Parts: sequence; structure tokens; C-alpha cells
Amino acid sequence: MATITLDKVRKVYGGSVEAVKGVSIDIADGEFIVLVGPSGCGKSTLLRMMAGLEEITTGEIKIGDRVVNNVDPADRDIAMVFQNYALYPHMSVYNNLAYGLKNRGMAKDEIDRRVKEAARILEIGDYLERKPRALSGGQRQRVAMGRAIVREPAAFLFDEPLSNLDAKLRVQMRVEIKRLQHSLGTTSVYVTHDQLEAMTLADRLVVLSGGNIEQIGAPIEVYDKPASTFVASFIGSPAMNLLKVKADGNGLALATGTGLKGANVKGRDACTIGIRPEHLEVVSGPGEGEGIHLEASVNVLEPVGAESYLYSSFADGGDEILVRVSSHARHEPGEKLYLRAAPENIHYFDADTGRRID
Amino acid sequence: MKKLQISDHIILLLGVFFMVTPVVLAFLTSTHDAITIYKEGIQFTPGGEFLENYETVLFEAGGFTKEVNGFVMLKNSMILGLGFAVGKIVISMLAAYAIVYFRFPMATLCFWVIFSTLLLPLEVRILPSYEIVQSLGMVNTYSGLIVPLIASATGTFFFRQFFMSVPDELLEAARIDGAGPWKFFKDILVPLSQTMIAAIFIIMFVYGWNQYLWPTLITTDESMFTLVRGIKQILQVWVGAQIPDFNEAMALAILAIVPPVLIVVIFQSWFVKGLVESDK
Amino acid sequence: MKKVQFQSPWLPYLLLLPQLGIVTVFFLWPAAQAIQSSFYLEDPFGFGSTYVGLDNFKDMITSTDYGRVARFTAVFTFFVTVLSLGIALLLAVKADKVLRGASAYKTLLMWVYAVAPPVAGLIGVLLFDQHVGPIVDLFAMFGWKMQIGVNYFDTSFAMIVTAVWKQIPVNFIFFLSGLQGISKSVQEAASIDCRSGFRRFWTVTFPLLAPTGFFLLIINITYAFFDTFGIVDVIVKNEPGNNPVTLVYKVYLDGFRGNDLGGSSAQSVILMAMVFILTIIQFRLIERRVHYT
Repeated sequence: MATITLDKVRKVYGGSVEAVKGVSIDIADGEFIVLVGPSGCGKSTLLRMMAGLEEITTGEIKIGDRVVNNVDPADRDIAMVFQNYALYPHMSVYNNLAYGLKNRGMAKDEIDRRVKEAARILEIGDYLERKPRALSGGQRQRVAMGRAIVREPAAFLFDEPLSNLDAKLRVQMRVEIKRLQHSLGTTSVYVTHDQLEAMTLADRLVVLSGGNIEQIGAPIEVYDKPASTFVASFIGSPAMNLLKVKADGNGLALATGTGLKGANVKGRDACTIGIRPEHLEVVSGPGEGEGIHLEASVNVLEPVGAESYLYSSFADGGDEILVRVSSHARHEPGEKLYLRAAPENIHYFDADTGRRID
Repeated sequence: MKKLQISDHIILLLGVFFMVTPVVLAFLTSTHDAITIYKEGIQFTPGGEFLENYETVLFEAGGFTKEVNGFVMLKNSMILGLGFAVGKIVISMLAAYAIVYFRFPMATLCFWVIFSTLLLPLEVRILPSYEIVQSLGMVNTYSGLIVPLIASATGTFFFRQFFMSVPDELLEAARIDGAGPWKFFKDILVPLSQTMIAAIFIIMFVYGWNQYLWPTLITTDESMFTLVRGIKQILQVWVGAQIPDFNEAMALAILAIVPPVLIVVIFQSWFVKGLVESDK
Repeated sequence: MKKVQFQSPWLPYLLLLPQLGIVTVFFLWPAAQAIQSSFYLEDPFGFGSTYVGLDNFKDMITSTDYGRVARFTAVFTFFVTVLSLGIALLLAVKADKVLRGASAYKTLLMWVYAVAPPVAGLIGVLLFDQHVGPIVDLFAMFGWKMQIGVNYFDTSFAMIVTAVWKQIPVNFIFFLSGLQGISKSVQEAASIDCRSGFRRFWTVTFPLLAPTGFFLLIINITYAFFDTFGIVDVIVKNEPGNNPVTLVYKVYLDGFRGNDLGGSSAQSVILMAMVFILTIIQFRLIERRVHYT
């Protein structure tokens, strides 16, 4: 068990392409950290630097109290689970698990004990003599996890380990990883581009974009108070509606001109406001109660089961807005909607920088 | 539909006839005695001299110096085929490993130097190559026969191609598992390459076995002759004889054909894979 | 190259040492010598050599003998390439189509790959032999009295037939694997769009096979130039006199029999230039092939 400390870590490729731009994170002992962001945001590079598979251009990474910048991956006391599992195809499951331990010169019975123990935890005891190609995707995933567990490392590093599984298995394994991490209590860093996976697994989320940290925080904190328009649109599904607005005599006006009632712009000329689809309430008529009031007409109705999404647009045809309603509410394409968002559910962002305004 | 298939089969059977008949006739001829052949021409039926003829060519000393027989030539062919295949695989795997898995300043230069051998087939540098081997005292030795042949780039390219297709994550996983360059090569890469090694082995064995020009230059001592290299000697004896020993000549030809053909037919799928992939 | 690589100051060189050593001693050095001696005239009695500039090349190009050999090589290459590619393509298309016996046909059509060129030549000599050869008897029925080794045309004919026979398997294997690489769905789409099987072949299958075909074209030209040495050598039976020979055979002949080191080297240099061009084209095609797939 150990803490992991990243201090102003940068990665520059070929002298010019800056993939990671000075990232600092303190990861507590036993914490489950998820690095999340779109592809190319630097999350995998960051993880690989922790593993020792990429060199660190500048900055410092510590595992426990030890600076590991120049330590070989094998000596960092970490274990990694790869996206494609990277199982050794010619070795049995048993040997896949045991290979790293053998290379460390561990005694045979200790290796055997650890492999059997990991196999028991992961319920792969029946497959120990099989080759990876004789296993299903989910079983391979377990073997990859097993290879990490047997090392009893200071930290687990996960590089999109579930993205090769089908949707159902992904959910199942997600739950299992969480349970396992809880019971082992090992510090874990997990990389994913799937915001749902990130939300459900993380003790703390690190949202990355373009090599920078956009926000660090507990999942619900990030959901409730996104630090920027980027985080707002990335975390939460379906994504938050973002509307560019200007100050107007009565309150606000959309960029295209339609007036909004009943809110302020916090003393600015213009800003971006964000409202999550689930926070738009369909009301019976215009202008009742506090908050922002909108009028829009339904373009497309998308029922997904427990709820339905209404893709709607304003009268002048500008921004589209998404509304989430219960699937039992009856709506038709073309129908006119009166919408209301409560003041506490409205997020304000700077019009230029996209940063949150409180 | 049915009619189409019949014409397809006819064309294929004609093709098979064209490919198979010459060797079948050579074999049938090798089972008759020389006088019958001389009188009646090539034989289309099996004869009664099979054992005698093959025993003669295998164990009875022949050639000008009476130092060589079919068995010795068979042995030499086997040494050339195996030595060439094994040597080539070892050398080209090591070189390809260095080129693909190491970062070092001269990598590109080394690659191009090896690549350049594709531009220099033996046939365009026969005379100087011979002189060099001669000055090194390697004429009439197995090493002189094998070593100069094994350095061409084909094997290196083949393994380079294959190594590039091995997922990077395997190396990363192995490094986290504490494997250094040698362990990774021995524990992961070589076992992973098994099929590839088998495929290239077959191709290289056949290639080595069938070498003609180089053995012709480098072996003048008849006890060093391979079967394929001995062909010309067979002919020379034959041209000079009163009654040419067509039967024995064909028996030797069949001996030269059978081992590589068996390997290609038995390991057909590996062979095809190796051939098609190595030239990509 | 790989994203992650090992770093070691000496290990990669150690790994490359055997190959680079052999390449240097047995490839680069002799090639350099060939180039060098192509500019020198060797004293026939072994008393040193004199620099003669491009004279060896001039002699070579103006010699009627060289012109004759070059012409034969061109004709030989043309027929060997066209015939072996054509026959192999036909057989591959049929073998890809038949349902029954496909794997037996495949084996029977490709095993000749393993026969050495001079052994093929020896069998050719036997079948075309004036006294015992059945092929000679066969053509005699049509009034063609073949005289292999005596008549220039007849000898060329036997050489081409033998060389084609030996080369069909390689082409067959590549064409068949090319055909099997064409996706089923493309073929199904074509069979919906086009009723005539013949037309379908020329408009869909053939263009998709074109990369393989181009690639094989180069392979076949290289084969006809270099790898047929054994066939030529055996069929001319040490009596090259008026018989057809290829350029490669002439390099060997002038160098080892004629002791004309300079002339032989000049011919080698010309051949090197040809290989160079063929290899460049081949690599261009390989790049294209990668894009196709």
C-alpha cells in the first residue's frame, strides 16, 4: 500500500508535442482514482508514466516516499491491467500469473499459494491449466486482474481494462473491480473514457482535457459543481445543455434573441449557462415561479425505457435543448413546451474561458 | 451450375497432369534397367529394378574419384538444408530482435545494410564471392557452403514483420513482470514465434536443399557434393557412356526431389503461410 | 518501430553482429570488388591488372554475343512470366471455385515448388531427349523433329517449358491466397450486381487480384533472370556454344570458363542495376499492397 504523488509532471513528445502539461495529483493510500477524459487528453500517457513505460519529461512521480522517475517498471512495486489484457498467449493461466513472481526469484510454494489465492478470489481456479485463447473475454479479463493481484503491489494501474468487453459483462466486471479494490484496499489508478464507469468506480475523479487537469473531486461533487463547460458536458449523461446568454433588461437573452425570464448573469454582459436535461421541468404555462423559463417545441422524441428524451428547439431555431422526462409523460413531436429550471440547478460559466462562476 | 463444375475439374485435372507427369515418368523410368530404356525410351509402367537401382545409386561408389555415392550426397544435402535453415533462423531472429525492440543510434543504418543484400543476389557477384571464400580457405567445407548463404535479408524481414505485429502491451506486461531483454526474448518472443519459425524453417530448408550455383562453385571435392549439385556430374557421366544410365540418373533425381517435397506436402499449411507472408 | 523499446549500449550490436559480419564479408565486399574490377582489365597470365575505364562496358555492349544473349533473355523472361502467370491464374481461379477435391488439387498443383531447378532441368532433358524422350516422339507425330541441344529454337522451347513448369506452383499459391483473401461479401455483392460469371471475374475479381499480380510479375521476372540458372546449365549440358543462354549464365561462363574477369564483372554490374530497379519497384508495390488491404 502506498500513496502516489505526481508533482508538475510533463510529457513532451519529439521536443514539441506536449501531451501532459504539468499535472499534480496527490493520491491517498487505498484510494481509487479514475483518470477520465476524451481520447488524446493525456490520461493514458499519465498512467504509463506512473508505470514506468513512458519517460517523464519534467516533474516528479513518487510512489510511497520513493521518487520513481528512473526506476524500472519491474521495481516500482506496481501492477498493471492492460486494455487488451496482454496475456502471454503461449503460457497457461497459471504461468501467466506466476511469471512475474518467478522473475523476482520467489519461492515455488509461495508462488503457488499466491496464484491459488488469486484464482480463488477471481473464481478462475478451474482454468489454471488452460491457455488464454481457450478463455472467454470475461475470463481473460479475470486472468489479467489475477496477474495484478498475485504481485500484492503497492498500487494497481488499470488502462481501460473493460473496453474490450460487451456492455453486459462490462457492468458486471465494473462492480467486481470495485468490490475487489474495497476488500484489498490497494491504491488504484484507473483510466477510462467512459464517464459512467468513471462515476461509478471512483473515490475521486480526475477530469483531463488537452493534457491539463480540468477538475479533481468526488464524482458527485464533479457532477454537482462542474468546474468548466468541458467538465459539464463530459460528466453526466445525457450531457448538460449549455446556452450562450447575454444580459437583457429583464434578465437574460439567448444569443439568438429569445428572451429568458427570471435569472441574472451575476453582473456580467454575457456568459454561458448550463442546465442538465434532468433539471428541466415541464410546466403548464409561461412564467410561473422562480428560475429560468423557456419555451421550446419538440423535434424528436426518444424513449429509452425508464425515461424519454425530448430534443427540442427554440422558436427562432437557434440552440437545441434536451429535456429528460418520465417515459409516462405523453409528448408529441411538434408540441410546444414550457420549461422551467430552478435557480439552484443553473450553472454559470465564463463566456470566454468556460470556467465556472459561483 | 453442374456443367460449369465439370469443365472446372477438367481444367484442374489437366493442370495436375502437367505438373505431376514428368516426375512420375522419372520415377517409373528409375525402376527399369538401362538397356530397356535405351531400346524403348521412357517407361510408362513400373519395372522390376526398383530395389537394385536405388541400392546402386545409394551405396555404390560412383563419380570420377569413386568417393561419392547417393547416400553421401543425401547426407550432404541434409547438412546444407538443415544448417542453412537453422543458421538463417537464428541469425535473422537475433538481428530482427535488435532492430525492432532496441533503440540505438545506428538502427536505421544497420537496417539498410541488411536490406542492401536484397540487391545483391549471389548470381551478380559470383566470381568475387568465390575468390573471397577461397582466400578464407573455406572451399570444400560445410561452413563455406552454408555461411555465405545465410546472411541475406529475407529471414530478417520476415521476423521483423512478425515482431512488429506482436502487441506492444506484451513487452510492457513483461517489463512490469521483471523480464529483461534476454528473458523477454527467451520466455515470450521465441515461444510466440513458434509457428513462424516452423513456416520459415520449411521454406529455408527447401531453399538450402535446392541450392545449385553456390555448391557448384564451392565444392570441387566429390565427397562434399549435394544431390542437387551432383546433377551435372550425373549428366557428364551419362553423356560419355555407351549406354546412358537413365535409370540411375532418374533414381538420383528422385532422391533429390523426395525429401523437400515430403516436407512441403506434410507441412503444407505452414509452408503456404510462410511463403505468402514472408514476401509481403 | 515499437512504442516501448529496450535500451542498452552494446546488446543490439551484439545481436546484429553475426548478420552484419556475414553481410559485409560475403555480400558488400564481393559486390564492391565486382564493381571495381569492372573498370580493370585482368592480365591473362595473372600479372596484375590495368585500369581501362568504361572499356569493359563498351566491349560488352558492342559484342554481338552479348546482344544475342540479352535478346534471348528478354524473350525467355517474357514467355516464362506470361505463361506461368497465366496458367497459374487459371488454375487458381478454378481451384478456388470447385467444392469437391479442392485441397487435393491444391497439394498436387503446388508440390513442384520443392523441386530444385537443375533437377527440373534434368527431367526436362530426359523428356526432351532425342532418343528416349516421349515429348520428342509426340511432336514427331506432327512433323516437328525436335533436336534439343542442337537446334537453337528447340532448345529454347524446352527451356521455357521446364522453367514454366517449375514456376507455376509459386504463382498458383499466391493467386489462390489472393483469391481467398477477397471477402465473401464483396463476391456476394458482385453476384447480385452481375449475372455473367466471366464478366464478374474481369470487373471485380481481377482488379482485386491486381496487386498480387503486379507483385508476382516482379517475382517472376527475377526468377526468369536468376533462378533459372540451374535449368539453363543442365539443359545446355556444358555445351553453351550455339545454345541459348541467359545473361546470368553468361556472367558465370565468362568469369569461370573464359577467365574474363573484367568483362564478367561489367556484366555483373549491369545485372546489379537491374536487380536494383526491380527491387525498388517491388517495394513500391508492397507499400501499395499494404494500402489495398
